Amino acid sequence: MKRLLIIGATSAIAEATARLFAARGDAILLVGRDAERLNAIAEDLKLRGAGLAVPYPLDLRELQLHSPMLEAAVARLGGIDMVLIAHGTLSDQLACQASPALMVQEFTTNAISTMALCTLVAERFQAQRRGVLCVIASVAADRGRRSNYVYGAAKAAVVAFASGLRQRLYPYGVSVVTIKPGFVDTPMTRAHRKNGLWATPATVAGDIVRAMDRGTPVVYTPWFWRPIMAIIRGIPETIFRRLKL
Amino acid sequence: MAVVEPWGRWPRYEQHVIALNSRFEALPELSPMLPFGNGRSYGDVCLNGGGILLATRGLDRFIDFDQSSGILECEAGVLISELIQFALPYGWFPAVTPGTALVTIGGAIANDVHGKNHHCVGSFGNHVLEFELQRSDGTVLHCTRDTNPAWYHATIGGLGLTGLIRTARLQLRRVPGPWISGDSQRFSNLQAFFELSASSDQQFEYTVAWLDCVGRGPRLGRGVFTRGNHAKVNAPTPLPRPPRTVRFTPPLSPVNRLSVRIFNECYFRRRSAQLPHATWHYRPFLFPLDGVLQWNRLYGPRGLFQYQCLLPGTVAEAAEPLREVLRRVSASGLGSSLAVLKSFGAVPSLGLLSFPRLGVTLALDFPNRGETTLRVLEDLDAIIGSAGGAVYPAKDARMSARSFQRYFPRWAELQEFIDPKFSSSFWRRVSATTA
Repeated sequence: MKRLLIIGATSAIAEATARLFAARGDAILLVGRDAERLNAIAEDLKLRGAGLAVPYPLDLRELQLHSPMLEAAVARLGGIDMVLIAHGTLSDQLACQASPALMVQEFTTNAISTMALCTLVAERFQAQRRGVLCVIASVAADRGRRSNYVYGAAKAAVVAFASGLRQRLYPYGVSVVTIKPGFVDTPMTRAHRKNGLWATPATVAGDIVRAMDRGTPVVYTPWFWRPIMAIIRGIPETIFRRLKL
Repeated sequence: MAVVEPWGRWPRYEQHVIALNSRFEALPELSPMLPFGNGRSYGDVCLNGGGILLATRGLDRFIDFDQSSGILECEAGVLISELIQFALPYGWFPAVTPGTALVTIGGAIANDVHGKNHHCVGSFGNHVLEFELQRSDGTVLHCTRDTNPAWYHATIGGLGLTGLIRTARLQLRRVPGPWISGDSQRFSNLQAFFELSASSDQQFEYTVAWLDCVGRGPRLGRGVFTRGNHAKVNAPTPLPRPPRTVRFTPPLSPVNRLSVRIFNECYFRRRSAQLPHATWHYRPFLFPLDGVLQWNRLYGPRGLFQYQCLLPGTVAEAAEPLREVLRRVSASGLGSSLAVLKSFGAVPSLGLLSFPRLGVTLALDFPNRGETTLRVLEDLDAIIGSAGGAVYPAKDARMSARSFQRYFPRWAELQEFIDPKFSSSFWRRVSATTA
């Protein structure tokens, strides 16, 4: 039985992933903003086989509350083997372009709070000399595009941060896993038109669990995003600036 | 806006889809709305052209389960297949399962679906202990047979119009495992079917017959009768292979007069049609259609019509109109690839507009050939109407308001329970005033 901390547990991807861990009997502490929904998810996970499922309501933008949360997780689970950081908002690009305050707020949610959490978790995992830290970034991190560069830049910060952390923690036997999902059909993207590139949360969740089990450094999910993003990264900036992506 | 099609792939409408993900959220302030589960209804009962669809698959959490009593509470977007996966390891199974496990609990209640064991246990609604009905005015009604009984009976079989079924508490039934044991035999005509059905209904929980609808003369009404019970099996047969998927829609449907004729002949003659002792996994036995995902694509871009009718009463009363229906189908040359025949029992359905009642039900699949097909179905409607029968709304895309109102004489009683902000394409069609 593994002991897991899931941050942003009400997100569709996190919930689908939690169900896979629950089916294996793992113990999970669930952190998110909405207490009512966290309770419902915890009850569901227990019925699906979770050894333990503890809701822990928290607004993650309150950075000073991260440390007590981690302490509580260690206390309730009796230690932590894996952490999945999955919270985030899909920023409204046009609104963020118009408002520096909103842009900073989105950056805080999607980048700063994640990196703050990673800092805390890294300390603990380094000390215990084992652990898996998994962050959910996005294919949007691979290149800033006019349609969502605020979100993309925040995720890019997380990717670079995780990359450095991975090097730092490697000698200690700690894995840092970066997940880059493409389009996922979740409530966060309910306003988008869907085509063949869209994946279900369950598909992405399967890839996440496999990556966390193996400690794979960087995973594109579904897999076909790796070649797609390689092409997009390869376009010279002089051409890229003319495109409308 | 997105184009959404039902399982029969016709009609198709532009509608705004809103995915629900939390049972604690209020309904959107929009109208007209209609809950949409897994889209397995064949026609427009699950559509709301130009309006809002509330997609409920995101409401798929289990809430409570009592292993000793088999009472399960869950959100209404859980699929029957997911429910089975969850409950079977504890030795519990849904009391009623329709021909596909890929329907949501909410959809099963709203259409009061039935299964191969209707003659023993009635329809799905008979095993729904309680549900929460969320109304657009912000109220939530807890409905049981004793609390809000009028809402309970209006919502079972209420076609999703009385509000959003958010959660449900179901009574499951005990099973010894995933296996079903029984037998399968050919029969040569309808008389033989009725005799088999009468002699089997006492000893077998599940009975169903496939019927050859292509044959004429003496071959009309021949078929294969299959029956079974949940059983403990010591030497289980191999597990069913994972489902295959039809990955694309062929521009021309391979389902045509010739292929249907060949299929029917082969299906009747295949060796497994005659099995004195057989053991099945529950999946191929109860959900044969789920073995091929997206099989509706085989009917080509124009899709199919499913026609499921019910001829009420005893064998003596139902037999003659049933023969008439089969003669009409056979004469039309349309040929139904899959024809399923089943005797319903006397357990009364709980819903105001429930379809199942004592009698015989026949389900037919027809490729959509436009007017030709529609004319034949109109003729069938006339036969069903004069026999006092009914056509199943969950499978319908074309019956007239006049036919519907004749089949479901209590339809107007539903009006006062319909949420003022809810509607469906089906309902607008069949509730139209008839001259």
